[in-house]
Amino acid sequence: MLRFVVRRLLVAVLTLAVISLVTFGLFFAVPSSPAKVMCGKNCTAADIAQVERRLGIDRPLPRQYADFVQGVFVGRSYGDGDFRQDCPAPCLGYSFRNNQPVTEIVVQRAPVTFSIVLGGAVLWLALGVSLGMVSALRRGTAFDRAAIGITLAGASMQVYFFGLILLYLLVYSTGLLPFPSYTPLTESPVRWAAGLLLPWMTLGFLNSALYARLSRAQMLETLSEDFVRTARAKGLSARQVHTRHALRAAITPIVTIAGLDIGTSLGGTFITETIFGLQGLGKATVEAVQFLNLPVVMATVLLAAVFIVAANIVVDVLYAVIDPRVRLS
Amino acid sequence: MSDLSHPPSLTAPGDPAAGEPIVSTPPDPVAAPSQIVGRSPNQLAWLRLKRDRMARASAVTLVVAAVVALGAPLLGLVTGIDPTDKFVDRLNDFGMPIGYAGGISADHWLGLEPGSGRDILLQLVYGLRTSLFIAFASALLASFIGVAVGVLAGWARGWLDSVVNWLIDLTLAFPFLIFALAVIPILQDRFYSDRESPSPAFRVALIVATFGLFSWTYTARLVRGQVISLREREFVEAARAAGAGTGHILLRQLLPNIWAPILVTVSLMVPQFIAIEAALAFVNIGVTEPTPDLGRMIFNSIGYVASDPWYTLFPGLTIFLLVLAFNLLGDALRDSLDPRSTR
Repeated sequence: MLRFVVRRLLVAVLTLAVISLVTFGLFFAVPSSPAKVMCGKNCTAADIAQVERRLGIDRPLPRQYADFVQGVFVGRSYGDGDFRQDCPAPCLGYSFRNNQPVTEIVVQRAPVTFSIVLGGAVLWLALGVSLGMVSALRRGTAFDRAAIGITLAGASMQVYFFGLILLYLLVYSTGLLPFPSYTPLTESPVRWAAGLLLPWMTLGFLNSALYARLSRAQMLETLSEDFVRTARAKGLSARQVHTRHALRAAITPIVTIAGLDIGTSLGGTFITETIFGLQGLGKATVEAVQFLNLPVVMATVLLAAVFIVAANIVVDVLYAVIDPRVRLS
Repeated sequence: MSDLSHPPSLTAPGDPAAGEPIVSTPPDPVAAPSQIVGRSPNQLAWLRLKRDRMARASAVTLVVAAVVALGAPLLGLVTGIDPTDKFVDRLNDFGMPIGYAGGISADHWLGLEPGSGRDILLQLVYGLRTSLFIAFASALLASFIGVAVGVLAGWARGWLDSVVNWLIDLTLAFPFLIFALAVIPILQDRFYSDRESPSPAFRVALIVATFGLFSWTYTARLVRGQVISLREREFVEAARAAGAGTGHILLRQLLPNIWAPILVTVSLMVPQFIAIEAALAFVNIGVTEPTPDLGRMIFNSIGYVASDPWYTLFPGLTIFLLVLAFNLLGDALRDSLDPRSTR
């Protein structure tokens, strides 16, 4: 188990290194000098050169990358003498727009995205898996057929359309819910939940369609397996057979997909954030891209990659915990 | 591996035209059950697909969509409206269309865009073209790369296979959407300065390339697995014994055996690309004005959801129906090509 995790971690570090290199190389291939953008219109060539030296972007690319990596792990400093600016350990540089440390932006934005994704994930997993399980157990009934129809449509529905429909129905025309906003959980849990209810419902309903289809198919497959027949033959109650035996085997692939979905979403749910005007990581990326604010883009892309890679490892380990047939080696 | 003959050969067997002779020859199975007719697996798949009501309905929907998209200029001629025409005189002082349901009238069947005053139907129809073109081009590019890489890895094995596997893992670890979001404007900046506006074709090509380069992994894995299992079969050995070259074995012996799963992945990739393209346009990263786009229409409509929900409804419904029809057709295709799968 330990050896497996260590090996996976090593591969993960290598993967992230390559992704950061690609991202770095690509983004610093931009011809318009960020120094020019930062400096403004009335800058002389000497001013621009000074800003470039200060940012360290007058150095050769490999050196810049080394500086970046150093900044992330041990911190770095920009400029020297009186203008020295220290950037402590997880240093991701400074925003080209307002000189705010990128680390600070990430720390501000991440809780918003996390809240959206985690609340939504609870809803979509609970709704999807239970719907899929019930319709598998009642295969062929009216309930099952209705569930199939709804989930088929739901799986083809898009967040940007469904979110706006909910916004119109629940906020604008009936006023049942307030317009989404973000209040930190630590400040007021009630306002936190009330403000995020709409994005949760949007993500929850839509994604649950996919999970319902998946868990229905998985459940049907496991219900026809020998160990379920054995469990029934032992005289276990239907409930025990369905939850302890069938569901536990059926849920493994669902955990994989859920883990990867959550990992991917944590990097930024930019559509949901755009619809509801929430200032999360996704919105930060969209804004940064529009102004070619490279340090922020670099940070959010890398962070998204970190989440995906981490989710992969977590899923693999969870596999062994959930499914006794899986041995990690 | 750069043989350009793959994509046509992949799609040809699914063509209705290819199945035409079968339609006329086999007798009705109910009317003459005693008569035994030999049918190839492809013919059986085609028969199963034809019997599927869902598949028929979605195929009709898609054909209608394709005809409408192709005939967009014709519609412009009939109605006498250009997608860029602005009917500002039909808007009130607040920029909202005059009349019911977003200004629906005999001249403007689906009303007008609030603010700009453009005809929604024309925007929709031209947006359909953008959407379908990008989705199909990306699906073909991704499948082409996937098939090429998959065949290469499966056939060569050894270190090349390991490299490809690692490349696939790496690509899967890339946060595709966030990366696409970042890459498209940055690359555009690389080739165009601020002042000149990029040509729409360049933007479309950039989007297609980005989609293709990040979506080949599934096809590659699939093809690699198939090639590995097929390469040891007797018919490959026979071909080699008969003196066939590698190119012949790969293209003539192996590919015809794996076109079915490839076709299914292509058909399921298209709706995904439609949705992703609209999602990028939704955050203003997709195709730019004045090229009409369904996703951007929805983005523009955000500010008007409270006052003119019809503006959101039409493009949203169009994308939904398009994606639904493609998904249903893809599912039906998979079911018909794989007799073991059950509903």
